[in-house]
Amino acid sequence: MAHQTSRQNTEREPIIAISGLRKRYRLGQIGSGTLQGDIKEWRERRQIERSGEVDGAAPKRDDDFYALDGLDLTVYKGEALGIIGKNGAGKSTLLKILSRITAPTEGEIDLYGRVASMLEVGTGFNGEMTGRENIYLNGAILGMSRREIDEKMEDIIEFSEVRDFIDTPVKRYSSGMYVKLGFSVAAHLDSEIMIMDEVLAVGDMEFQHKCLDRMRQAAKQEHRTVLYVSHNMSTIKRLCDRCIVMDAGKIVFDGDVDAAVALYLGGGNTLLQTHYEYDDGYRPYDEYLRLNRRLNIDTLDILGKDAPTFAADETVELELSCTALRPLAQVGFRFELWSQDGTKIGTMLSRGFVDLHEGVNKIHMRMDLSHLTTGQYSADLVAFFHDEEGNEDILDGVYPGVVFDVVVELDEKNYLDWHHNYWGAIRLHDVDIEISE
Amino acid sequence: MTYHVHISSETECVGLNLGEVWQYRDLIVLLTKKTFTLTYKQTVLGPAWIIISPLLSSIAYMLVFGVIAGISTNGVPQILFYLASTAIWGLFASAVTDNAATFIANANVFGKVYFPRLTVPVSNLLVGLIRFGIQMILVLALVAFFVVQGTVSPNWLMWLIIPLALVHLCVLGMGVGIILSSLTTKYRDLQILVSFGMQLWMFGTPIVYPLSQIPEGILRTVVMLNPVTAPVEWLRFALLGSGTIDPITTGISIVVALVCAVCGILMFNRVERTFVDTV
Repeated sequence: MAHQTSRQNTEREPIIAISGLRKRYRLGQIGSGTLQGDIKEWRERRQIERSGEVDGAAPKRDDDFYALDGLDLTVYKGEALGIIGKNGAGKSTLLKILSRITAPTEGEIDLYGRVASMLEVGTGFNGEMTGRENIYLNGAILGMSRREIDEKMEDIIEFSEVRDFIDTPVKRYSSGMYVKLGFSVAAHLDSEIMIMDEVLAVGDMEFQHKCLDRMRQAAKQEHRTVLYVSHNMSTIKRLCDRCIVMDAGKIVFDGDVDAAVALYLGGGNTLLQTHYEYDDGYRPYDEYLRLNRRLNIDTLDILGKDAPTFAADETVELELSCTALRPLAQVGFRFELWSQDGTKIGTMLSRGFVDLHEGVNKIHMRMDLSHLTTGQYSADLVAFFHDEEGNEDILDGVYPGVVFDVVVELDEKNYLDWHHNYWGAIRLHDVDIEISE
Repeated sequence: MTYHVHISSETECVGLNLGEVWQYRDLIVLLTKKTFTLTYKQTVLGPAWIIISPLLSSIAYMLVFGVIAGISTNGVPQILFYLASTAIWGLFASAVTDNAATFIANANVFGKVYFPRLTVPVSNLLVGLIRFGIQMILVLALVAFFVVQGTVSPNWLMWLIIPLALVHLCVLGMGVGIILSSLTTKYRDLQILVSFGMQLWMFGTPIVYPLSQIPEGILRTVVMLNPVTAPVEWLRFALLGSGTIDPITTGISIVVALVCAVCGILMFNRVERTFVDTV
């Protein structure tokens, strides 16, 4: 892979050295909020210290919470480091400490370069001021001198694609324009270290790609160091050549990007399991079925997988276990699919029906995912049958029945980095194209 | 590479921090400009308010304290006395009140990007100084007018003291302001206290009356111990030729100002490191 050669070319010169980093937060109310309470707390602390119960260290309290709990990390010049992990794993805290927004509780960090942090784009933008005025202000906040900004003004305006509106107050900007302008300022900082926290989540696709490419260029050609936090695995893969996975304030993995992403997707989400028991889940038809229950959906297993992460061409093998309270003929199943943003995107029907005998029935299912794109899906599972008049009658339903991830690797056929926001979750049939004579 | 920043749980030394504020001087200028642009945007009279508001309050003081209560201004024309005093107090009061809200008002920006936080109070102070400078033009015009008329005789030699007295006043005001801003992050009560506390403080300072009008006694001692009294009296002594200068209270006031400034910067430095976690 390309990144390995570039890594060898750069001398491994450390630019960020973190050792034993910890950050403590007090859970619940922070401080007592009143002077009296604080004095009381201070006296108690002094008493503990004097009685020698603790040796030097601050007394450990029950409501203390370590957002970062002993972090060691060395980042080298020219690296593009991805940081992934669940919400609350400590990613943002780490970036905040590196950007000097808040100080660590313990530990040391050495930074051998200026830091440009983009924890948010357009920080300090003021709606009443024009785009140009905001470039000056934002640039100065980020540490640029007036002369530096003057020199880069043209580049910044060019990159931002909002030249026509540059002398308009930014309160008239669309949110996309706002982000573009904000990113452009930050991207033109002369800093050795760039820190980004999902700033690319907004803005249109084309601009996102432009930003990522700009970051790549910064790392690969200008040998700057990029730290990038995102929940969007495809941008991580696109930008980074090294990736750490964080969990509960610690680094649990450090190394290859693909391995890190796989680890995160596999173990990151508690919803992502391969065995479901529907004892006390949400069963929306229970009220309706109260007087006439004929079937109970009990368990569902995803066969042959450690984690419910599938490629687009993969077939999902499922085994459903359900209890019929009496023999049932012509029972069908359907999976109603939801995308992660809560849109119902479609329904998969069972091909034909099965007859169930009284007692426990095991049903083998094969699910074809070929039209789904990269993303997480949840499927509500509903069992039904058709009565003599052909009316559908619900037998049981479990919400959600199964949750799974689809990861489509980019290749010749899947050449587009798919985004649900823009194109929906379903990729319809391809269109044949050819040059006509 | 020469650039190196060390981050640890220890507070950095103050000197380094002040150097950084200097590096961000362009930001200070831009913040100052921004404040002016935003304050007078969509106002009909615009920056004229800088003159109008002290003028109106001076007229009010003149009527209430001068005409109705009949407080003497030691021969200085009342309008000039009150205008000069209001301008001087305005400089001090803005240094305190504008800065007291530093952390709360900027929590959003402070939580997202690092820059030396002291740039904000410094720029607030600059805003106050510029406003004061504009008001001084009117005051000086009035001084000139009354000098020609022969009703005012400034101590011309003492004008050399004016910059020093202004520095004294600013250091004191900013010191108090940033101490308040540091404490406000934890004790929001102070925010409420500041707004009316400054009014009370004004009445405890010889602004709407000259110090000489207070009879000898405890009340006078209290007013003289008020650290703002000394620079106010010095400024009026130089500008208007009437003021009570006292070396002991001046000395005390200077010490208080320095202590406030040093404590303020130390507290500010401590708070700026972790206030994001408490706000």
